[in-house]
Amino acid sequence: MPRWYGHQEFLVHTSGLSNPELLKMLLQKHILDIFIFALSTLFVGQLRADTIEVCATCPVTTLQAGIDQASPYDTVQVAAGTYPEYNIVINKPLYLLGIGQPIIDGENKGEIVQITSDSVTLDGFVIRHVETSYTKDHAAIRIIKSRDFILQNLILEDFLFGIYLQKSHHGIIRNNYLNGHATNEFGSGNGIHLWYAQHVLIEGNEIEQARDGIYFEFADSCVIRNNYSHHNIRYGLHFMFSNHDQYERNTFEQNGAGVAVMFSKHIDMRHNTFMNNWGASSYGLLLKEINDAEIIGNKFIKNTIGINVEGTNRINYQNNEFKDNGWALKIRGAIYTNVFTKNNFLHNSFDLSYNSNLNDNVFEKNYWSNYTGYDLDRDGLGDVPFRPVNLFSYIVNKTPETIILLRSLFMDLIDFSEKVSPVFTPDNLMDPTPLMKPFQSDLPPD
Amino acid sequence: MGKILKYSFFDLMRSRWSYVYFIFYLALGFMLLFLNNDLSKAVITMMNVIIVLVPLIGTIFGIMYYYNSREFTELLLAQPIKRSNIFLGQYLGVAVSLSLSLVLGLGIPFVLYGLFQSNAIWDFSLLLITGAFLTFIFTALAFNIALSNENKIKGFGYAVLLWLFMAVIFDGLFLLTLVMFEQYPLDKFSLIATMFNPIDLSRILILLKLDISALLGYTGAVFKQFFGTNLGLFTSLGVLVLWTVLPVWRLVWVSKKKDF
Amino acid sequence: MISIHSLYKSFGQNKVLNALDVTIQEGGIFAILGPNGSGKTTLIKSILGMVIPDSGEISINDVSVRESWKYRQKINYMPQIAQFPGNLRVNELIRMIKDLRQKPAVEAPLINKFNLEPFLDKKLSTLSGGTKQKVNILLAFMFDSPLLILDEPTTGLDPASLIILKEMIHRERQAGKTILVTSHIMQFVEEIADEIIYLLEGKIYFKGSIAELKLKTSQDNFEHAIAAISMNKEESWVKY
Repeated sequence: MPRWYGHQEFLVHTSGLSNPELLKMLLQKHILDIFIFALSTLFVGQLRADTIEVCATCPVTTLQAGIDQASPYDTVQVAAGTYPEYNIVINKPLYLLGIGQPIIDGENKGEIVQITSDSVTLDGFVIRHVETSYTKDHAAIRIIKSRDFILQNLILEDFLFGIYLQKSHHGIIRNNYLNGHATNEFGSGNGIHLWYAQHVLIEGNEIEQARDGIYFEFADSCVIRNNYSHHNIRYGLHFMFSNHDQYERNTFEQNGAGVAVMFSKHIDMRHNTFMNNWGASSYGLLLKEINDAEIIGNKFIKNTIGINVEGTNRINYQNNEFKDNGWALKIRGAIYTNVFTKNNFLHNSFDLSYNSNLNDNVFEKNYWSNYTGYDLDRDGLGDVPFRPVNLFSYIVNKTPETIILLRSLFMDLIDFSEKVSPVFTPDNLMDPTPLMKPFQSDLPPD
Repeated sequence: MGKILKYSFFDLMRSRWSYVYFIFYLALGFMLLFLNNDLSKAVITMMNVIIVLVPLIGTIFGIMYYYNSREFTELLLAQPIKRSNIFLGQYLGVAVSLSLSLVLGLGIPFVLYGLFQSNAIWDFSLLLITGAFLTFIFTALAFNIALSNENKIKGFGYAVLLWLFMAVIFDGLFLLTLVMFEQYPLDKFSLIATMFNPIDLSRILILLKLDISALLGYTGAVFKQFFGTNLGLFTSLGVLVLWTVLPVWRLVWVSKKKDF
Repeated sequence: MISIHSLYKSFGQNKVLNALDVTIQEGGIFAILGPNGSGKTTLIKSILGMVIPDSGEISINDVSVRESWKYRQKINYMPQIAQFPGNLRVNELIRMIKDLRQKPAVEAPLINKFNLEPFLDKKLSTLSGGTKQKVNILLAFMFDSPLLILDEPTTGLDPASLIILKEMIHRERQAGKTILVTSHIMQFVEEIADEIIYLLEGKIYFKGSIAELKLKTSQDNFEHAIAAISMNKEESWVKY
């Protein structure tokens, strides 16, 4: 059995949503649900369609032969066994069903499955050994200019690219396990790769040891949820030039870096867990040139940098938990109109690194475990402001080796004196109303 | 030696100060845990206490005990007991009783709080081990100072100075050096420099557990090797052992040559 | 037999023992005398191994004491000033010393003799100087050892206790033990000493019986004889 991550269907939360952004997303989810429903009725409607069986002792012994013989909307049912085939082309609407996890072995000879038709479902196969080419981006499954596809319950191993969507849309990639066995960035590809794709649901997959676990380039209005992306060489999830996407309840662990969101707009990030992304240029989440995003209810645990921010505008950081990170937030360059509120900053070596002006960014009502103030009026908010940037983090930025003096008495002393009268750190950068108690996360415990 | 240790130990166990020390840690432990309700935060606060207070108390206790037990020492010197055993016994008596106060004082509240069910147990044990090491090291250093200074006031002054140097001044000079020479690669230098200060060394040992994610943010290859593998842990522990053994060895050596 | 050969010891610039040679036979009471700072205590402490000589050799029964500690098993030492760990009780101290020496001890008759019973449960820091000195004597005399070293044993003792002390010293001599004593009370020395060892400027200036001393200095009175030694010294210094 593959190690599925998060089997259960995601239940749409409908309570207490008022934000128009959220409503839009909700609508998007419903579209998908309707879409799934439509697909299933489609199959019910196709009951009269034929079923072609493929097995070692059947009249049809190869998938390609089965596909060739089938009429559109037929089912090709493949029995357990190993099928050494590559460059399989599915060019008509079909339901390909593996019984007992049949293995399609590409024997490192080329691509394995290519889908060029709409309405193709691939279910229950093991696909392995894609040819490693440095000139061609070979994939285990490639979908070209098609829609209404479903890829589910698949195990993909030893691939350059796992699933490659090329100008395709309205599809589902669900409950698959992908392992690229990649060891270096050069000569490896992405687990799930979307290039010019829209309205794709990626759900319940586990992806490991690829270059990027999931890669989006010009992929819009997609939903990624309940996936487990770990031990990938570069990023767990990577957005480039993709807008209006949403990812939620995923876990990104021990990747080169957790998630990179670059040059994208309106990305909604909720209830994800980013953990154990360690290394010199490693972070839980990288934001680069991002506008209008929501980052809500995520957990950042034990990353070298929780969120690395470069040039972002109008981002709402809310209800996130930053725990045991080296730097909870590292902000470089000018950012505008970002709001940080009701986040928990727990035991990070540094809460915030910030090297420009405060601008119109707002820090308020966060919980900082390093806060030592008091609450005399008992309104739950500290009476003295908290300054999350300390002198030491400023020094470490200039002379990285000084990190070795972390938590030394001397550093505490000069940090204290800096707090009393700021000289080096921006004196208006503060949380004027720090919470006295951590904000309680609404994410159910795992 | 065993007998001297026993007498010194019981002598100390009866003195008010051991109780004060023990009760202080007990109170600190309870306060941190039951006011905060947060084990990780308690461990971090505890670390600050350990790397600052434990050396101070070890130094002051060590020097006070040596000067106060002069009569006892002279009584023992005329007895058929090996000299080195007298001093080792007294030293161990102080170091063991202080460590015990520390370990029990902090340990009891944490165990009551449910440490064994928590994953902070390793951080916490490391904290206590480091604390014990610092006690042994600074008591030995204090004994050395006392042994070389007949004048109590002078000895006391040197001991406090030693603590001040190790706890604060060293790091100040260290920081200054790093900032002044920032254009040079300094990761090797900074690692070696920490080896010369047992407080820094202990701090590093604890950082390896608490702040590993931040330490790995630095790009230097030497750092990476040191902090990213078990090399850091074992080197630090090894050098701490050296820091314990060397002053004890000097203690024995000087005591052999000293007149009473 | 204690034999000391060319013993040197200086504290800083101050030469305390300067090529000291002496042999002390087994049996009898030897009074080590000399003016203040002549090196009496340093000599005793050298024998005990508490002071490490710069050079020279000390051997007890032909065994060198250097770097050795087992020989102290055979020495009972009574220090000049009775200083004890203050937070111990008297009986705890007695028990501890017995435990440390691992040797049979007879303390009960001595406690009785000095009337120390009421003090056994008292802390040493609360005792008076005289009582402390009694405890000091007790600790030195409760073991049976062939060599006793008593540094100013009479300090702070009341007359009754002094008589007891003298009796005890006599009894030890009767038992054939060697006893080294320092004292500033000449009457006490004259009463008990078999032989005088007179130290001056870190050397043995005179060694012999009281009778010999009186003969040599042509003085009838012991106290005057002692005083005369130092006078002689000055005369010889002038003559020289």
